[in-house]
Amino acid sequence: MEGDIVTMGKFIGAGLATIGMGGAAIGVGTIVGNFLSGALRNPAAAASQTAMLFIGIAFAEAFGIFSFLVALLLMFAV
Amino acid sequence: MAAEAEAVKAAGPAIDPMKQFTVERLFGEGAIHWYTPTNATLWMGITILAIIALMVLGTRRRAIVPNATQSVAELAYGFVYQMVKDVVGKDGLKYFPYIMTLFTFIVFTNFLGLLPTSFSVTSQIAVTVTLALMVFISVTVIGFYLHGLKFLGLFWVKQAPLALRPVLAVIEVISYFVRPVSHSIRLAGNVMAGHAVIKVFASFAASILIAPFAIIGIIGIFGLDVLVSFIQAYVFTILTCVYLKDALHPSH
Repeated sequence: MEGDIVTMGKFIGAGLATIGMGGAAIGVGTIVGNFLSGALRNPAAAASQTAMLFIGIAFAEAFGIFSFLVALLLMFAV
Repeated sequence: MAAEAEAVKAAGPAIDPMKQFTVERLFGEGAIHWYTPTNATLWMGITILAIIALMVLGTRRRAIVPNATQSVAELAYGFVYQMVKDVVGKDGLKYFPYIMTLFTFIVFTNFLGLLPTSFSVTSQIAVTVTLALMVFISVTVIGFYLHGLKFLGLFWVKQAPLALRPVLAVIEVISYFVRPVSHSIRLAGNVMAGHAVIKVFASFAASILIAPFAIIGIIGIFGLDVLVSFIQAYVFTILTCVYLKDALHPSH
């Protein structure tokens, strides 16, 4: 095992940053699950709301992408 | 720092997953200036040519019974047209050509970037920030041009109690200025992450024991990437529509 404490900190920090993706997964799962339960109750109205579904997914997913970005910055830019 | 980078490189996988995103000169050696032809320039040019091929050549015959190319072109046109009409409303159809341009450009760069050994232009944050800033600036200008100072009513939520409104106004202003950041990083981050994951799986295939699983994984991830490429273009376009709707009808 070689390297110094800065490299170690980078790897640990990048690993910790990936925890944020779990939050995005929970968010996307909640949105799609709620959409599906609503859509099964009223299938006629479901098609008109798919745009809202994708907007919601995009907002929830953005924060997972931010954590990915933090990991990238730690690994390659810091 | 150089020795450190060497140590990281030695410890990392044999294939560097981020190497595919480096912008390189097409001809010769040396520094990259704004006028230097790079691989990004090449693939943007191929994108434009592909869009022209689909839209101009596909719809040139204007047959009653369309062939495959013409129906794809008509489908793309109708899809974006319906989206603008549903989200922005009838008065947003003035801005339809710009939104159609955004959509076709992002879809084509995403799909062309999926070809092996190609370069995905939308993985460059510089490109997506340019696209998002163009949307942000034009939407702000349209809002002020159409409504004058009433456009600031976007930040003054009338439904909320009076005591809460200043607090909400601060939050609304911050969220308004974060829009281009999330708008651009979402696209670049998704494309970059998808391509990097494919490369990571490809580096697993070097070992004979896990190679079959790695290849199955690559196929699965690639399928997911095709989906993500389209969905991200759709999301970028529909968010543009939502921002445009805010500019056209600023009162909540």
